[in-house]
Amino acid sequence: MGLFQQLAEKPWLPSPLPLADAPATRLPAARLGLRVFCGVVTVLFFLLLVAYAERMAYEEWRPSAQPWLMWLNTALLLTASAGMQWAVAGIREERIEAVRSGLAGGGLFAVAFLAGQLVAWRQLALMTPFDITNASIAFFYLITALHGLHLLGGLVALGWTATRLKGDPPPAGLRLNVELCAVYWHFLLVVWLVLFGLLFSGTDNLEILLALCGVR
Amino acid sequence: MVERSLGPADIVPPFEVEDVELYHPKSWLTKYVFSQDAKIIAIQYSLTAVAIGLVALVLSWLVRLQLGFPDYFTFIDATLYYQFITMHGMIMVIYLLTALFLGGFGNYLIPLMIGARDMVFPYVNMLSYWIYLLAVLVLAASFFTPGGPTGAGWTLYPPQAILAGTPGQESGIVLMLVSLILFIIGFTMGGLNYVVTVLQARARGMTLMRMPLTIWGIFTATVMALLAFPALFVGAVMMLFDKILGTSFFMPAIIQGGEAMAYGGGSPILFQHLFWFFGHPEVYIVALPAFGIVSDLISTHARRNIFGYRMMVWAIVFIGALSFVVWAHHMYVSGMNPSFGFFFAVTTLIIAVPTAIKVYNWVLTLWRGDIHLTTPMLFALGFIVTFVSGGLTGLFLGNAVVDVPLSDTMFVVAHFHMVMGVAPILVIFGAIYHWYPKITGRMLNETMGKVHFWTTFLGTYAIFFPMHYLGLLGVPRRYHELGVTSFIPDSAHTLNAFISIAAFIVGAAQILFLFNLVWSWLKGREAGGNPWRATTLEWQTPETPPAHGNWGKELPVVYRWAYDYSVPGAKLDFVPQNQPTLAGG
Repeated sequence: MGLFQQLAEKPWLPSPLPLADAPATRLPAARLGLRVFCGVVTVLFFLLLVAYAERMAYEEWRPSAQPWLMWLNTALLLTASAGMQWAVAGIREERIEAVRSGLAGGGLFAVAFLAGQLVAWRQLALMTPFDITNASIAFFYLITALHGLHLLGGLVALGWTATRLKGDPPPAGLRLNVELCAVYWHFLLVVWLVLFGLLFSGTDNLEILLALCGVR
Repeated sequence: MVERSLGPADIVPPFEVEDVELYHPKSWLTKYVFSQDAKIIAIQYSLTAVAIGLVALVLSWLVRLQLGFPDYFTFIDATLYYQFITMHGMIMVIYLLTALFLGGFGNYLIPLMIGARDMVFPYVNMLSYWIYLLAVLVLAASFFTPGGPTGAGWTLYPPQAILAGTPGQESGIVLMLVSLILFIIGFTMGGLNYVVTVLQARARGMTLMRMPLTIWGIFTATVMALLAFPALFVGAVMMLFDKILGTSFFMPAIIQGGEAMAYGGGSPILFQHLFWFFGHPEVYIVALPAFGIVSDLISTHARRNIFGYRMMVWAIVFIGALSFVVWAHHMYVSGMNPSFGFFFAVTTLIIAVPTAIKVYNWVLTLWRGDIHLTTPMLFALGFIVTFVSGGLTGLFLGNAVVDVPLSDTMFVVAHFHMVMGVAPILVIFGAIYHWYPKITGRMLNETMGKVHFWTTFLGTYAIFFPMHYLGLLGVPRRYHELGVTSFIPDSAHTLNAFISIAAFIVGAAQILFLFNLVWSWLKGREAGGNPWRATTLEWQTPETPPAHGNWGKELPVVYRWAYDYSVPGAKLDFVPQNQPTLAGG
C-alpha cells in the first residue's frame, strides 16, 4: 500500500486487519537507518553548499587556487567505491576471496584518499597568497574536513565488517554489512563529486549553476 | 462508532512480525548504567534533562531578582546577567525541552506504544544518551572556566558572541559551541533510532493510521530535528572556526580599540539564516510531541475518541513541513528585502491554519465528553489555553509591520515563553502525571498534583501576561538595568517586581512536584497495569513497570485504532488496541 493510501485510511471504521501492513517497508532496519543517515548528511553538505554560495555573493569574495592533487584524490575515491562494488559482487556470488580483496581495496583507497586530502591541505597552505580569513580557503578546509570525518566513520564500520570475514562459514548478515558499507562509500563518492565539481575543481561551476537556476 | 463484526481474517496469529533478538545485560552496570534498554535510557535522559533544567530554573530566578529589584542585588552585575539569560535560554530550549520530549518520552513511549520490544539500534541508542550527558557536562563546565559561560544571548549572534566585551568570550563560547555539536551528534544517533523504529518495528496490525498521536508527534518532530539540527551544526562549527582558527565565515572587518582586527569579509547574517533555519523548526520540534501527547491525554481523560484523527495527523505533518519555510520571520529587523519579509509573513500566518484545526479538534473532543479533571487532564487543558494565548501573539509578531516596533521588547519574551516555554512544560507535567504509574507502578499524589497545577498555571500567567504589557510600553529585553527613561513609567517597575515574585512562587511550586515524585515512588498508591483505563498498548503490558523486552513471550497484535473510548455496545468504556472483540473476548 502506498504512503498516501496509508495516510488516507479511516482507522475508526471497522476494517479487517490489513495483512501486509505492519512495517511500512520490508527493508532491514539497518538499511533504512543508513538511508535516513545519508539524508541527514545530505542536508549537512547541502547547507554548506548554500552557505558557500551565499558567501560568494559578497564583494570581498576572493576565489582561491585549488590544489591539482584534488583530481587525483577524486580518482582514488572513485577506485575505492569500485573496490566496494567488487566486494558486493563477490558476496552476492559467494566468492569470499573477492569480498576480501574488494573490501581491502575499498578501505586502502579510502585511506589513500584521506592521505591525499591531507597533502592537498598542505599544498593549499603553502600557496601564496594564503589568508585564512579568505572564506573560499576556509570553506575548503571546513568542507573537506567534514567529508573526511564521515569517511573515517565509514572506515570504522568497514573495519568491523572485515573482522566478521574470519568466520567460516561467514556469519549471517555479512552480506548486508558489505552492501551497506558499499552504499555508504558510493554515497560519500557522490557527495564528493558534487562538492568537487561545484567548488574545488578550479572552475566556475557553482556560478554557472546559480546562473542557470536564475539565482544570480 | 459502528459495532464491528469480526471475520476469520481478523483473528491473526501472532509472531508474524519478526521478533528481535534482545541484548540481555549481564551485570548491574550494563543493566542500569550502560543500559541498552530504551526505558532505562529514557529515564537517564529525563533525569539529566531535569537536573540541568533545574539549573536553568535557578538562573531564571537570578534574572528575575535583577529585573524586579535592580538596586538590591549588586552581585548580579551586567556580565553575570548576560550569562544567566544566555544559559537559561539555551538550556531550556535544547538541553531540557528537546532532550526530554525526544530522548525522554520518545525512548520510553515509542517501543511501548507501537508494540515493539525495544529500539531497533539499542547500542546506538545508549551512545546517544552518553554523548548527550557529555554535552551537558561540557556546557555545565563553562560555569567553572575563566571568564565563565558565554553571555552572548541564546541566539549566539556573531560577531559579538566571540568578541572581547561579551561575557565568556574567552572559553565559555567555545564550550557552548562544542557542547551544541556534541548534542547534535548524540541526538542524530537517537533520532535515527526513533524514525527507524516507528517505520520498521511496529506490531502486527499497527498501521500508520492506528498509531497514537503521541507517536505521530514524536516521529514528525524527530524527522524535523534530523533535518534542522544540521543547520545549527554547520553554524556552530563555522563559528568555532572563526573563534579558534581566525577564519571569517561570519566575521566582518572590525575595528576594536582603534585597531583593525584580522577578520574581514564575513557575513553575520549568514549565521542568522543558519541559526533560524534550525531555530524555527526547533519551536515545532518541541511543540509537535506536545500536540501529540496532549491529544492522547484529552482523549483518555475525557473518555472520547479524538475528534478528526486524520486531520490531526495531517496537521502535524503539514505544520512540520511548513515550519521549514518561515525561519526569516525571526529576522525582520536584519535589513532583509521587503519581498522576503512579505513571503515569510505569509508562510508564518498560513501555519495558523493547521494549528487552529488542532485546537478546534481538541475542543470538539472535549465537547460532551465524560471529562475527568485528573491532574494530567488539568495540565492538558492548561496547555490548550496557554498555547492559544501564546499563539495569538504569534500572529502579531508574524506580521513584519507589527513585529518591527515590537522587536527586542518584552512582548517577544512574553510570546515565546507562553508558546514554547510554559505550554510545552505544562504538557511535560501532564505527561509525567499520566505515565508515572506505568514507569514506577505507583500513582502520583493527586492533591499535591493539583496544588502543583494551579500554582504553576496561574503563576505562569501572573508572570507572562503582564510582560506583554511591558513590551507594548517598549521595555526592551536583554537590558541589565532600565535606568531612567521617558517612556517607561514607574508602574512598569512595580509590575516587574510583581512578575519576579510570581516567578519565585512558580519556581518554588516545582519543589513540591519533585517531592511528589520521590514521595509517590516510595509511598504512592499502587497503580495496577492500567489505572486510567486507556486503550493504547503501553497500558496493556503483562508487567508494570514493563520488563526488559516489554511484552513477555508474544508480541501484541493490534486490532483497532488508539481511540476506542465509550464505544456503543462495548462492555467497558474503553477497548484496548490489542483486543480483538468489543466484548473483551
